[in-house]
Amino acid sequence: MNEIIKSLKVAVWFMFLTFPIMVIKVNTVYHIIEWRWMNMAMIGIGTFLISLLWRYLLERKDKKKPSDGVTLSARAQAYVQSRPLVKKGLGLAVLAALTVIPSFADAYQVNILTVALMYVVLGLGLNIVVGLAGLLDLGYVAFYAVGAYTYALLNHSFGLSFWIVLPLGGFFACIFGILLGFPVLRLRGDYLAIVTLGFGEIIRLVLENWSEFSHGPSGIAGIDRPNFFGLDLTLNQMNGAIYYMMIAFTIVTIFFVARLQNSRIGRAWLALREDDIACQAMGVGRTRTKLMAFALGATWAGLMGVVFAAKTSFINPASFTFLESAIILSIVVLGGMGSIPGVILGALIMILLPEYMRAFSQYRMLIFGGAMVVMMVFRPQGLVSNFRRKYSFHGMDERLGG
Amino acid sequence: MDYFLELFFGGLTRGSIYALIALGYTMVYGIVQLINFAHGEIYMIGAFTALIVASVLTFYGVNTVAILILASIVAVIYSSAYGFTVEKIAYKPLRNAPRLSPLISAIGMSIFLQNYVLLAQTSDFLPFPRLIPQFHFMEPVSHIFSSAELVIVVTTMVAMVLLTLFIKFTNLGKAMRATAQDKTMALLIGIDVDRVISATFIIGSSLAALGGVLIASHIGQINFYIGFIAGIKAFTAAVLGGIGSIPGAVLGALILGWTESFATGYVSSDYEDVFAFALLVLILIFRPAGLLGKAETKKV
Repeated sequence: MNEIIKSLKVAVWFMFLTFPIMVIKVNTVYHIIEWRWMNMAMIGIGTFLISLLWRYLLERKDKKKPSDGVTLSARAQAYVQSRPLVKKGLGLAVLAALTVIPSFADAYQVNILTVALMYVVLGLGLNIVVGLAGLLDLGYVAFYAVGAYTYALLNHSFGLSFWIVLPLGGFFACIFGILLGFPVLRLRGDYLAIVTLGFGEIIRLVLENWSEFSHGPSGIAGIDRPNFFGLDLTLNQMNGAIYYMMIAFTIVTIFFVARLQNSRIGRAWLALREDDIACQAMGVGRTRTKLMAFALGATWAGLMGVVFAAKTSFINPASFTFLESAIILSIVVLGGMGSIPGVILGALIMILLPEYMRAFSQYRMLIFGGAMVVMMVFRPQGLVSNFRRKYSFHGMDERLGG
Repeated sequence: MDYFLELFFGGLTRGSIYALIALGYTMVYGIVQLINFAHGEIYMIGAFTALIVASVLTFYGVNTVAILILASIVAVIYSSAYGFTVEKIAYKPLRNAPRLSPLISAIGMSIFLQNYVLLAQTSDFLPFPRLIPQFHFMEPVSHIFSSAELVIVVTTMVAMVLLTLFIKFTNLGKAMRATAQDKTMALLIGIDVDRVISATFIIGSSLAALGGVLIASHIGQINFYIGFIAGIKAFTAAVLGGIGSIPGAVLGALILGWTESFATGYVSSDYEDVFAFALLVLILIFRPAGLLGKAETKKV
């Protein structure tokens, strides 16, 4: 009963709060005022229910002790994690499913899946920076733009082919990452976030305004698509080829990031993320290590930028707004920072769900934003929490136990 | 010379608005060490509320000055309510979480509020009525310093003085300073820290709303996106002056306002936003603690 009264109060508060913006709509040209009382009723009922659920979940979260926090998903995860064979089998099954999809799905589906795979790679790239090294980068899309414009401009002016520019795009993005990272990586976490955000905006504004260089807001059209072994492909076949290329790209990225995570530098990133000072005391060079993460993340974005430009054959600065950075970041956060399966899951959810729920497409960003908040409040570790590799001394245990 | 003065006063006006928003950032940061990313959206909601109230009142034929005052009051009330609610939903449950969590939650809140206004109202630019009256005594100088600019600068100055007095002399103000210095200690001597944090959000939001109403009626149009860029610039101003420091925020805002005004006036107007960000990057590189901020040494 008490709970219901509380929720009623919350509902009334939100009805008051959303009153001017939700209920009144003014048409300033014709001077008509529209009163939408239906919205108010909906807000009232909606917030009442949400508030009940919200408090129930908060209570459950507070009550749960870390010891008995083994949920079904965590157990499933542990099961998969502990059996390499099952893990490999799952991976192969997904791969097989992805490979056969184009044979029965239409071009539209293949196209969406290609985009989703691109976001998987972007997410994994950003995951190095945010998830592993703990550096909040809000301007990740800037490096994506660098890659895309590298290919677009080199192809436009010098006719260089996709395969030549692909490494170049990654290289230029990497250089930009180092140039930006060098001065700003000394900053504390939240300053870094703002500087990278500012940098992302600067890149976009320069692309928009420096018309002699980047063709301004109208963008660059007619970029060559990639050439696959000199084959003459139709548009549909080309999309299929790009799709398979993206599968290969994704596998390479997953392999690379997984190896990186458990390497010396990967462990240094995790350590830096947990405690700067202790890490430096242990002899890990802070700037160098962070710079490495930044540059590697940027390289991945640059490579994807080249692929993006080649796939759409048209780019303009409007593709590289802050929103894009926010989407990639929410992929990482939603999936679980630092976890590779998490990021893959996150990318698939974030890209495929809105595509298949066209009816909700206008609410997409609203749900994005809301999901980010809810996620942080109730499950800050993401959908799939990061499994740290544990090192244990088995021989020691046996001796002590026996 | 006239051109120089025009730019000077233009920069002063800009700076005043930035200062009003920057104060919210700096006060919140001082107390909970959080970049309140949704602060720009609070400012935008203030401007929207004022526009709606003003339109409704115009419909019923109320006179302009009354509309300006009423719209400002309603905007301030609503923005404070939003600021208060945002804190309760998105930041309070995360008070002891790792530092990245509240920041991400703040970004989510900002995206959410932008799209909420976009969906509930419109994505178009809406004309905002010019509510600030033209004064007769300003006419001889109106080509370099308009009445609206005078109102903005004076209002900002009054708000600053009131805020300073409030923080210096009232009990709540003292509690705020105590909480900013040491939250645990403040709790121990009986300060209700939750209340202080809520109060900080409310004060910051009302100042932002005031800024929103003033600039909207000066520029004459708003849309759902104005909060984003204004928020980032105000944050730049706060960092410039040294985040956490109230006079620093004002100083930073004025410097930023003048930089933008002179740079667009004498160099190029295409790169208006680039100057602001470039200034931010430079300041952070050479003086990470800001102009008036104190460099912290972290003890282990």
